[in-house]
Amino acid sequence: MSEFMQVLISGLATGSIYALAAIGFTLLWQASQTINFAQGEFVMLQAFFVLIGMHVLGLALLPAIALALVVSVVLLGMVFKRVIIQPMLPHGVLPIVMATIGLAILMREMVKEFYSAEAQPFPSMFSESTFNVLGATVSYQDVGNLIVSAIAIVALQLFLGRTRTGRCMQATAQNPAVAEILGVNIQRMVLYTFMINAALATIASVLISPIYLAKFSIGEPIGLVAFLAAIVGGFNQVRGALAGGLLIGVIDNMSAAYLSSEYRIAGPMILLIVIILLRPQGLLGTSEGRTV
Amino acid sequence: MALWRNLALVAGLVVLVLAPFTQATYGTYVLCSWLIFAIAAMGLNLTLGYAGQISLAQASFMGIGAYTTALMTMAGIHWIFSVFAGMGLCFVVGLVLGYPALRVQHHFLAFITLAFATLAFLVMRNEDWLTGGVYGLVGIPRPDFGPISTMSQRSYYYFTLVVFLFAFAGFRWIVRSPWGRAFKALRENPIRANSLGVDTRLITLLAFAIGAAYGGLSGSLMAPLVQYIDPMSFTLIISLKILLMVVVGGSGYLFGPLLGAGLVIMLPEFLRFAESYYLMIYAGLVVILMVYCPTGLIGLIDKTAAAFKAKRVARGDLGQGAQL
Repeated sequence: MSEFMQVLISGLATGSIYALAAIGFTLLWQASQTINFAQGEFVMLQAFFVLIGMHVLGLALLPAIALALVVSVVLLGMVFKRVIIQPMLPHGVLPIVMATIGLAILMREMVKEFYSAEAQPFPSMFSESTFNVLGATVSYQDVGNLIVSAIAIVALQLFLGRTRTGRCMQATAQNPAVAEILGVNIQRMVLYTFMINAALATIASVLISPIYLAKFSIGEPIGLVAFLAAIVGGFNQVRGALAGGLLIGVIDNMSAAYLSSEYRIAGPMILLIVIILLRPQGLLGTSEGRTV
Repeated sequence: MALWRNLALVAGLVVLVLAPFTQATYGTYVLCSWLIFAIAAMGLNLTLGYAGQISLAQASFMGIGAYTTALMTMAGIHWIFSVFAGMGLCFVVGLVLGYPALRVQHHFLAFITLAFATLAFLVMRNEDWLTGGVYGLVGIPRPDFGPISTMSQRSYYYFTLVVFLFAFAGFRWIVRSPWGRAFKALRENPIRANSLGVDTRLITLLAFAIGAAYGGLSGSLMAPLVQYIDPMSFTLIISLKILLMVVVGGSGYLFGPLLGAGLVIMLPEFLRFAESYYLMIYAGLVVILMVYCPTGLIGLIDKTAAAFKAKRVARGDLGQGAQL
């Protein structure tokens, strides 16, 4: 039982980080029908922005994270949207898929070539020590990760639901044509979405890198899990991506602990196929309907 | 116009026949893998470019074909039987994979096929008793046809070329037949196609199954070429590479995948001088091409040609009607 609790809590902690990446992913999809295949690499790259801030510019951890946040919002938010995504939007999904795959390879290779091909240790914001709850050993790191992602997600929900800008963003996601008629600057709202996505990726990166180490190839599994979480939870709901992220985190940890580690990734994959076939809109999503 | 097109086809064929004489063994090997990947890309072009169903699992079908061929030829069965077995198996698996496409579209379909690709990779890697696990299968024999042996690289190239021409002719026949038009109708507007009497269920499944069978054929050619297969040759990255060939070449064009496969296979050879930077240059070029010309290379050629041609101006009020 205590082992089960332990697996559950660490699953929830990694799941909450996956949820951050997944939420950014669903936001981009809602706002501009962009499937970002470089989402995992976005998360990977931020860790290296922080490392460059610390080792090259000699900053402390927190200022380096702040710097990475700014750089990523500008580079992976604004520049990514203006230069890469915008020209392709009228041509449908496929060119965007290919271009973001290309971008993912580009980022991976650049980190490998210009920083290092080795896994880099990444400082944690929380202590590595552990404490006991109901017989289970829980690390402060896991709890800290859960709290930080929870704060980020609650803040995002409040921003989207309670502020004027957030509501305009929701309107843009639901019906761009009507939103534009009602005076919403939809291009600006889409831009905000991309910036929020970049910020969420930075938070996810800072939380996950101490666990998995910062390495150029780490983006691929993270991106895959973010897609899975987004699909499982429901592509058009922030809540759904959150639930999906937590679920995938727990299932991943459980199947590693109780099933064979060789088929570890198979568990979430089978879940994905079953969910798409039975509930294509996801566990919490609403159906999008087909148009002629 | 038709004359010029036929002349160009003949010229292309002559180039393909003469090409290995300008190359050493390695160059011929690269040409072989171009033709083989072109077959796989052709299959994906049918699924994606003509029928509009996205699939990220083409390399898995190559894997199924390659492992079938490897296991059967190593057991002493002739290549020709193994290729039909491999293609048949891919056809059936493709048919099954097509079922989700009846329910979901676009990105959902992309992820289902992606999940399938991952599962197929896991089976290839973990089922040691059948596939040899991470070490793969070594010593796959090359086929011989009576007195003709394909042991030398050049004769294997001609063998690949003949199979490729058969595959290409078959593909051309499919897309020009009523079936091919049904595939296009499905891509353009599934509901309208259905109302015009196209059996969209059957056509969707066939698009997957035939595309998968082409993948199996290319795998069956790949196994004897390299004479060694392992699961790493059939990962998701390879599927994405085949997808790249189709999109870069121009999806939905007959010659698109040929051009795309040529570019994707040959470019790394030309970028060899850039050493470790080549993947970066390559990825950068893909991003730039997609941003400036989302219809791919053939689309780029068409666009350039159209700019020099006199064209009929459509009546403005017909613009809406054309979209229906």
